[in-house]
Amino acid sequence: MATIIKSYEPTFWDKLYFPALLKGLMVTIKHFFRQKVTIQYPDERHIPPDGYRGLHRLNKYPDERIKCVACEMCAAACPSNCISIIPGPSPWDDGKERYPVRFDINLLRCIYCGFCEMACPEGAIELTEIYDFSNYSRDDLVIDKDGLLGVYELTKKQNYYTKKSHSPASLPFKTERT
Amino acid sequence: MDLLGFIIILVKVLVVFAATMITVMGMIYAERRVSAFMQGRLGPNRVGPKGLLQPIADGIKFFMKEDLIPSGADKPIFILAPAILLIPALMTFAVIPFGSSITMFGREIALQVADVNVGILYILALTSIGVYGIVLAGWSSNSKYSLLGGLRSSAQLISYELAMGLAVVSIILLAGSLRLNDIIADQQGYFLSWNVFKQPLAFIIFLVAVYAETNRLPFDLTEAEQELVGGYHTEYSSLKFAMFFLAEYANMITAAALTVTLFFGGWDVPLLDESSLGLLGAILSVLSFILKMAFFLFLFIWVRWTFPRFRYDQLMRLGWKVLLPLALINIFLTGGYLTLTAIK
Repeated sequence: MATIIKSYEPTFWDKLYFPALLKGLMVTIKHFFRQKVTIQYPDERHIPPDGYRGLHRLNKYPDERIKCVACEMCAAACPSNCISIIPGPSPWDDGKERYPVRFDINLLRCIYCGFCEMACPEGAIELTEIYDFSNYSRDDLVIDKDGLLGVYELTKKQNYYTKKSHSPASLPFKTERT
Repeated sequence: MDLLGFIIILVKVLVVFAATMITVMGMIYAERRVSAFMQGRLGPNRVGPKGLLQPIADGIKFFMKEDLIPSGADKPIFILAPAILLIPALMTFAVIPFGSSITMFGREIALQVADVNVGILYILALTSIGVYGIVLAGWSSNSKYSLLGGLRSSAQLISYELAMGLAVVSIILLAGSLRLNDIIADQQGYFLSWNVFKQPLAFIIFLVAVYAETNRLPFDLTEAEQELVGGYHTEYSSLKFAMFFLAEYANMITAAALTVTLFFGGWDVPLLDESSLGLLGAILSVLSFILKMAFFLFLFIWVRWTFPRFRYDQLMRLGWKVLLPLALINIFLTGGYLTLTAIK
């Protein structure tokens, strides 16, 4: 069955155009007084929502033992092969035999999928909300164990980005140009 | 003319020129900020407090740029064109009264550079000269985009000047004079004596035509960047481009001032007799003029960031088939009304 589409016949009021023009002007003036969406980046920082996947960290127990047992589950789960771990015998006497001697993450290869934190049986590796960790060389963007532990120290008590206008602490690895 | 009178006129010229230039700078700043605000952005806010020095930075940038002249360009005309556009744009403001009068040095000084008794004709004539600047700029650039921009501009300005002139005629009929001071005097007193309320149709026609005259957005066919790169000033750079830029904004200021003078009682403060207050009255009148003008300048920007551009045939249809007949009808009605009241 054919459908009859009724075309819209503009009334005289519509044909004056001025009511529509005024409506348009009202829309723009409303936006004029509206809250602006711009974040003036170096002075202000966007605060990411919970669950944001940014820079990694390596967690510790309260007694300073690294949670990681170097099982390399994260490295196996990693789709971009950016985690490399060298295990060694643990120096702590707590029944856990291994710990990572080296723990390197290539931040340029990482796709921030969060599979590593899902794979980790010890809850050792986690992604923080830190997003601005740009750097001057590719080498400096391979973050080592000390760096990862440093990120943990930085973020264990409070969020990295506290206030919009507050500029956060400097990152625990090299970020200057050489 | 005596020396004092000469000095007074010189001071007035300088003040008006400086005020126009400062307003142009303010407009360049306002345009960027207001457009940003309307799009939820912040706009330039880094150069100076709140970004207020941005127009100066822009000016310096223009100054430092290389001044290119295309190899196929008609050189003398290419160089002359921006001046032809800019000079009339700046000259127009001379006849617009921006306040009542002050008494100083034992004489009454009218707040107006030149009290020309054919003020409106002077303005209409000068704005028409400006078209030559655009057409010549487009023609002498030896570039198809510039030429198209210039062509469109000339066609558009001729079409809309007619409607604008005819809308003004009904105002002239009411005031019975071409002098802007007489037109303001005609609107003085009670609020409803302003010409917007007496001639709403003429006001609408005039406002629409003014946007076309100044090449502002719903009618900026001349520089439609999506089609014509930059329009008539595509080939211009450095200070010559800056002159086009300046002329555009100077034209807007004149247009706003003219709208205020013709339809909103000029410097008239409603329900107030300025002349009885002496100096205070003069200051109030200038303030009222500036406020009204600021509103119309804001309206220019507001409209620019609200409405999309007309298609070329729509533009011509609106000009010739809608505005022109309406303006003629309006003159007819006004003339009829005046004749009937005169018979009684």
